[in-house]
Amino acid sequence: MALETPPLRDRHAEAGAKFTEFGGWDMPVEFDGIRVEHEAVRSSAGIFDVSHMSEIEVSGPDAERLMQRLTSNDVTALDAGDAQYSTITDAEGDIIDDTVVYRLPETDDGAGDSESSFLFVPNAGHAEQMHDRWTEHRDDWDLDATVYDATYDYGMFAVQGPDAVGHVDDAADVDVDGISRFSATWASVAGVECLVARTGYTGEDGVELVVPWNRAPEVWAAFAEERDVQRCGLGARDTLRLEAGLLLSGQDFDHESNPRNPYEAGIGFTVKLDTEFVGRDALEAAKAEGVDEKLVGFKLVDRGIPRHGYDVTDTDGLVVGEVTSGTMSPTLDDPIGLAYVSTEYTDPGTTLRVVVRGDSKKARVESLPFYER
Amino acid sequence: MSFNIPDDRQYMESHEYAARDGDTVRVGISDFAQDELGDVVFVELPDVGDEVTHDEAFGVVESIKAVSDLYAPVSGEVTAVNENLFDAPELVNDDPYGDGWMLEISLSDESELDELLSADEYDAQVA
Repeated sequence: MALETPPLRDRHAEAGAKFTEFGGWDMPVEFDGIRVEHEAVRSSAGIFDVSHMSEIEVSGPDAERLMQRLTSNDVTALDAGDAQYSTITDAEGDIIDDTVVYRLPETDDGAGDSESSFLFVPNAGHAEQMHDRWTEHRDDWDLDATVYDATYDYGMFAVQGPDAVGHVDDAADVDVDGISRFSATWASVAGVECLVARTGYTGEDGVELVVPWNRAPEVWAAFAEERDVQRCGLGARDTLRLEAGLLLSGQDFDHESNPRNPYEAGIGFTVKLDTEFVGRDALEAAKAEGVDEKLVGFKLVDRGIPRHGYDVTDTDGLVVGEVTSGTMSPTLDDPIGLAYVSTEYTDPGTTLRVVVRGDSKKARVESLPFYER
Repeated sequence: MSFNIPDDRQYMESHEYAARDGDTVRVGISDFAQDELGDVVFVELPDVGDEVTHDEAFGVVESIKAVSDLYAPVSGEVTAVNENLFDAPELVNDDPYGDGWMLEISLSDESELDELLSADEYDAQVA
């Protein structure tokens, strides 16, 4: 299978990036070392090329109804320019993917009916699946909406860290600090019209920029070159999001290999049972009955590093769960991880054991997030 | 990018080096290997007195992003372990051929050294 390439593949290679396959894309995994990049984001700022993320645009008179019926959160709560974290669930309530939904802000020229235009950002490799899901349900329900896969129209960059907003503000023609958390606006950044959103996946303040694919290099250069913002790869993105207790689709839940509903995954706040959406009835029942397993954060007390797929046991060695993500936390300097465990073991402070290559290592349940700015 | 491949030692295709000093062989991983792994955060090594076997795994090195087995270039008894790596695994990145060494093995079969790569041969492999 040929890998998709982000608009800046060659420029990243020239900057010394190492690459990895992720969701069918050939993406930079690190530029100057995961630890250096991670620390830059925690202490100053870093820029990530996240052009592998999918972008689906939904517009037309029934766009809001279609979005409401296919996502678990309440899109009617969004004013123009607002964003929300949400999930796409199947009829059993299991997560197919997680996403951020934007109700697009008004454009300067007032073109289009922005009240009914949405953009949502599924994970890498999910664009076609989501485009098909949206068009099939639109047709089944006879709704009047246009669904467009814009993944190859846009690049996406995340500028994250305590200095990130200042850098973007410096490059933009709007007051970026005036954009509230989980809101977005259209702005010219480095002379390029972009969607500027106060969102991110690192646990820091910051901005995500949705930029026209063919002008992505100018915007990247404005930060990585002109403002000397640390280039960061997917390696640091993973350690940052894990410290912040944020989930990774395909790893902390996977519709095929590890189906989980939002309550199990600890993101029940994305479920609004007073709305109508695919999976709602199953989730109402799951909430009433309670779930058998839940995602917890933990630290290894013994030496070792937890990794995806390792067994979690109780202190008697009985398997009670499985690790979904794990790493050595660069900020805390502790081995941390996420695991689904039986609900009786989810209280912070509970002692568990993680089986690392046949050796049982002591672990302790921690409240999430591991890191909060 | 070019890597430091000193010619005073031999290498395995799996990127461990063997530096012979009399009957003792000091083992670690190459500059190329530490760069490929990225930030090393954990090293698991055998105990002094354990036996290791040529071409078989003797331990594990973990970076933030990857877990890799370590293979023994020669068979023999472990005579020393670099315990500094348990508290400072980043020594593997900072000085792979010096302070980042891992094990010393007492050589039991010299012919095993013949199967290892010279610096030039290893250079050709990673180039």
